[in-house]
Amino acid sequence: MRKEVLIGGFGGQGVILAGVILGRAAAVYDGLYAVQTQAYGPESRGGASRAEVVISDEPVDYPKALNPKYLILLSQEAYDKYLSFGDDGAIILIEEELVPHRNKELEERFKVYALPFTEIAENTTGLSLTMNILVLGFLTKVSGIIKEESIEKAVLDAVPKGTEELNLKALHKGFELGKKALNGEL
Amino acid sequence: MYLESSYKIRDKYLRTDMLPTMFCPGCGIGSVLQFTLRSIEELGWKQDEVVWVSGIGCSSRVPGYVNFDGLHTTHGRALAFATGIKMANPDLKVVVFAGDGDMSAIGGNHFIHAIRRNLDVTVILINNFTYGMTGGQVAPTALKGLKGTTAPYGNFENPFDISQLAVAAGANYVARWSVFNYVQGMNSIKKALQKKGFSLVEFLSPCPVSFGRRNRMKTAPELIRWYQKITVPISKAKKMSPEELEGKVIIGEFVDRDRPSLDEEYERYKERAKKLMGWEE
Amino acid sequence: MRYPFSVGRSDFIQGDEAIARAAILAGCRFYAGYPITPASEIFEAMALYMPLVDGVSIQMEDELGSIAAVIGASWTGAKAMTATSGPGFSLMMENLGYAVMTETPMVVVDVQRGGPSTGQPTLAAQGDVMQAIWGTHGDHSIIVLTPATVQEAFDMTIRAFNLAEKYRTPVVLLTDGEVGHMRERVNIPDPDEIERIYRKIPKSKEQGKYPFRDWDGDGVPPMPVFGRGYRAYITGLTHDERGKPKTVEAEIHESLIRRIVDKIEKNKKDIIDYETFDLDDADVAIVSYGIASRSAIRAVKILRKEGIKAGLLKLNVVWPFDFEMIERIAERVNRIYVAEMNLGQVYHLVKEGANGKAEVELIPKIGGEVHTPKDIIERVR
Repeated sequence: MRKEVLIGGFGGQGVILAGVILGRAAAVYDGLYAVQTQAYGPESRGGASRAEVVISDEPVDYPKALNPKYLILLSQEAYDKYLSFGDDGAIILIEEELVPHRNKELEERFKVYALPFTEIAENTTGLSLTMNILVLGFLTKVSGIIKEESIEKAVLDAVPKGTEELNLKALHKGFELGKKALNGEL
Repeated sequence: MYLESSYKIRDKYLRTDMLPTMFCPGCGIGSVLQFTLRSIEELGWKQDEVVWVSGIGCSSRVPGYVNFDGLHTTHGRALAFATGIKMANPDLKVVVFAGDGDMSAIGGNHFIHAIRRNLDVTVILINNFTYGMTGGQVAPTALKGLKGTTAPYGNFENPFDISQLAVAAGANYVARWSVFNYVQGMNSIKKALQKKGFSLVEFLSPCPVSFGRRNRMKTAPELIRWYQKITVPISKAKKMSPEELEGKVIIGEFVDRDRPSLDEEYERYKERAKKLMGWEE
Repeated sequence: MRYPFSVGRSDFIQGDEAIARAAILAGCRFYAGYPITPASEIFEAMALYMPLVDGVSIQMEDELGSIAAVIGASWTGAKAMTATSGPGFSLMMENLGYAVMTETPMVVVDVQRGGPSTGQPTLAAQGDVMQAIWGTHGDHSIIVLTPATVQEAFDMTIRAFNLAEKYRTPVVLLTDGEVGHMRERVNIPDPDEIERIYRKIPKSKEQGKYPFRDWDGDGVPPMPVFGRGYRAYITGLTHDERGKPKTVEAEIHESLIRRIVDKIEKNKKDIIDYETFDLDDADVAIVSYGIASRSAIRAVKILRKEGIKAGLLKLNVVWPFDFEMIERIAERVNRIYVAEMNLGQVYHLVKEGANGKAEVELIPKIGGEVHTPKDIIERVR
């Protein structure tokens, strides 16, 4: 049971942190094997950013995502670059405000959820920065790859002290939206 | 000044099984070594609490001849090795014996950074304006016009003033003498050894074989007479113009201050870390 | 003993972080470094932890100084480490040789990135293998370990310290930017359950006076500690058993260098470590190590499903090298492939080991990406 997740966006969106939290939830709290890798350019802010998480119930050999079943695409650049990597039937989450140009034909192969995640995060917590956590909540709900309480614990491990409540709020909003999506209520 | 018998100093501090030394007749390193050993004797330091460290060059062979723990390292890197020794065990006293090429050319970066950190070591620096061991190439300290095998028509580069460099980089104690100024030299070494933080005592030291021979001074006495001609005491130098000081070497004590040393600062840093992490009140 | 990270449980951390924690658990109390991608996280973790465990972490002026400080610290009895990447590793070659010649235990971590020169700072490579083995000048031997996972980075760091102390030698932990930056679960054992080896120190003043004499007949002389009255003299010049420079006597040079080489080579069996996957009945062998071996494992699994009898030899130590084992494998298989992230380094060792008994082919990869399983499968199929 090898599950590959790819998260793409730009520096400052918390792409890598989202990957770390997801991997941590799987490896530390769900007792699974997980590898999180990343790619980024030389710049500290604003460059393209990518995180990959491979989750499995046996040791992970090749550590990279080959045909991700789950993609989170948070920028036009990431969308253009990674959408085609998706396995048939892959679950794709798209930050729709930041991806104005879509390839509807290609998207037909996948199960696509496109939402203004950044705006929703801002409305939920007052901080657009919590978008990455909200998206993780959404993914957890729609994919079932990790337990909800595991991602909660992993979020609490990773976020700065004093922001726990805020981030949990974002995560729970993600759960809620994910549930709606599953029920076809979005 | 009372001087202990040379035999006593020799028997107590030299490793007889490592002798004879490789130094040439007329070399000044033995004199400076004697000043240093006499200073240690007068201070009553225990041999087992002192480590001697050196790089590469004639003067760097000194730790081999003295009966202390000694680390004879790579060219220019003595102070980087000394940083590890001192920081891993701050109870050790560290003496670095070095030459001018070792310390100011290949080791120049380690030199200024060890001083910047105020590493608690004493550097005894032999300045003979040349690379003696490798056969008389010019050093970065060589005054303009001096000859060496790599500047056979006379040095065309500007020289480094190592002592002034050390003062600017922040050393706690810096003095320069010629080997002829043995009383002042020994007093400076004693001060330097006792000084917490970085201390440097530089000696103009004759190298008749590799340096003097190429500069019309074939013997040590000729070199010492030359030192007397080119050196100016710091008190006198203060009254001289830059033009008058051209080609001269100022001698004396350049700085004597007490900034906290690296190991003292690190002790405080550890306490700060433990407090910030809530490990200690 | 209180540790600044949780022990006796698992954590999800980067390879670099795992190396730092393992070093501290192995007893390392001196770290000197210089910032460089992708090794800086090791230094940053050490900077965070060392003051809390009464150790030293210091930023030197360059990598020449970092390794020098580490060697100096080792002579005071401390377990000491530095970490760097390609350009810094090149600068360290000078004093790595000094550590070999003076038989100074220490660990150097090289988190490989694409080279030569400044190359690809943020991307992984395995191009420093030959440099790790032969990079310093003159005849010598050394130990080079190659972790493939974050857990291995942790375990091999502890092993690197143990081998360094046991054989009084520098050990290179040769990892790469991918393992250094990837996060995985690491089981951090209870500190009491960690095996820690400490160097032999002289049993008497007389032994201490001869810091290069093989007192115990195992090729590893007891190592004096500065400040304890041994009055040891240590030099990078060729020296006799006393430590006295003897630079023109051929027999002294020969006996010193042969002992330094032999203490590694004659203990190959103890030092060498490898794993095999489906190798016993294989027709085709793949040899790999470090991050590349993870793609090779996957390739073997897929090839087996396709009915191709492929097997893997995963090297955990690339020096000393078991040439005889390669020959035994070469006798059994039709072909050996070497998958590594360079244009052929361990390949040459394998070719020498195979001794003509099997064809040896290279599956190279450069540019920063790890081999995909497909890169390997397509060559083997």
